[in-house]
Amino acid sequence: MDEVQRVIRDYVVKEYLEEGDDREITETTPLISGGIVDSFSMVSLKRFIERKYDIQIPDADASTAAFDNLASISALVERFRKPRA
Amino acid sequence: MAYSAAVRESYQRELTGMREAGLFKEERYIHAPQAADIEVEFPAGAPPRPVINLCANNYLGLSSHPEVVAAAHAGLDRRGYGMSSVRFICGTQDIHRELEARLTEFLGTEDTLLFPSCMDANAGVFEAVLTDQDVMISDRLVHASIVDGMRLCKAMTDTFKHSDMGHLEEKLQEHKDKRFRLVITDGVFSMDGDLVKLDEIVALAEQYDAMVLVDDSHATGFIGKTGRGTHEHCGVLGKIDMITTTLGKAMGGASGGCVSGRRELVEMCRQRARPYLFSNTVAPVIVAGALKVIELLTRSTERRDKLEWNAQYWRRLLTEAGFDIKRGESPIVPVMLYNAKLAQDVARDLFAEGIYVVGFFFPVVAKAQARIRTQLSAAHEKHHLDRGIEAFVKVGRKYDILGKTKQEIVERYGL
Repeated sequence: MDEVQRVIRDYVVKEYLEEGDDREITETTPLISGGIVDSFSMVSLKRFIERKYDIQIPDADASTAAFDNLASISALVERFRKPRA
Repeated sequence: MAYSAAVRESYQRELTGMREAGLFKEERYIHAPQAADIEVEFPAGAPPRPVINLCANNYLGLSSHPEVVAAAHAGLDRRGYGMSSVRFICGTQDIHRELEARLTEFLGTEDTLLFPSCMDANAGVFEAVLTDQDVMISDRLVHASIVDGMRLCKAMTDTFKHSDMGHLEEKLQEHKDKRFRLVITDGVFSMDGDLVKLDEIVALAEQYDAMVLVDDSHATGFIGKTGRGTHEHCGVLGKIDMITTTLGKAMGGASGGCVSGRRELVEMCRQRARPYLFSNTVAPVIVAGALKVIELLTRSTERRDKLEWNAQYWRRLLTEAGFDIKRGESPIVPVMLYNAKLAQDVARDLFAEGIYVVGFFFPVVAKAQARIRTQLSAAHEKHHLDRGIEAFVKVGRKYDILGKTKQEIVERYGL
């Protein structure tokens, strides 16, 4: 798990898991399709990522598929961190 | 062809999948008015049998009350069967405004607007009062109708952990840049039966300049000393900006709902809420019945007092018998079973013992949180509850769930 994934995982655990819920969140754990992050709360996850990494994720790229696991989210972060060609 | 064999087969496979997963719901047919004792046909075609109803929202036992029925009859005679109109065209009678005024008085607000149901009120209210400059911050366990209504609104959405005031405060701080903030919660959470911490929410809302909306559908009529709702119970009468609630549960049980609250917000609903603009007005017979219900509740608190006693007694019986129930004060008492098939099997066996309850499972509740949601009524007498616990204990012993923890039940039956 890379650093970006670890940061996002820690946020997901703190923000979405109730006290006493000790399930493991891996790079491929389905967050939205698995019911951990509901579609309303996805907005706060997007906001966290944008603020943390000083990026803007266009709404068209902020799909539930793109936010469904740590691996796809970190790929999204890396994509928008790169300078434009 | 629009509905080809292939399309039909696709849906048939999906329905078969639900049956195999134990997620298929089956209706029972009731051959009686709603009451504590009813006659039920189940499975379809079987002769109706007498059972005790422990799963109705008939909290005050008014669904078949003779005075309510008589008032409804009188309403039919005085004001007819249907209006054939939405409200704003030619669907508003004098009795609609009278009911709105009585509800305003009862709930302690500034104005009230009727809707065909609280589901419709929740579908329309957010879109009517908020824009994309605003934010809705809801409890994570709000009713499905609120979730649907929030989806229809262009305001930003966010959620806070269930009843977690610290988390709500973080969200209010985070969204202080928005034009308006609206905190949204149920008054009594319909699946767990726990009550909102409304006094704490109001305090936070005042501190962070936010509005508050409460769906009090499982509270209006019986929560609070005089049954006004969770705002009365929590000592914040007059401080809730919008209350949505139903006439389809304690308040007669027929249909109808409303938004009640600050005058301007209610007027915005009257001007813009789509279910109000595009759905038929509440039928006169319903309005007449509801007016009588409010009169009965204002006359005496004996029904809500009896309901409170019944709820405390039933909770004690289930706890002493060793069932895993959700703690709380409301007349919603979930018996936790976790496994969907187990919930269905227990409900079926209870029916054979003369107790009518229904298993709740995904998508009505979260996966692995299946339960039997028992609900008390002022129509229940002590003998109903004593008979009920006898049946629950017998069935509980059969499935060996008495005195067992969640882990033990899950180990045996799976999730």
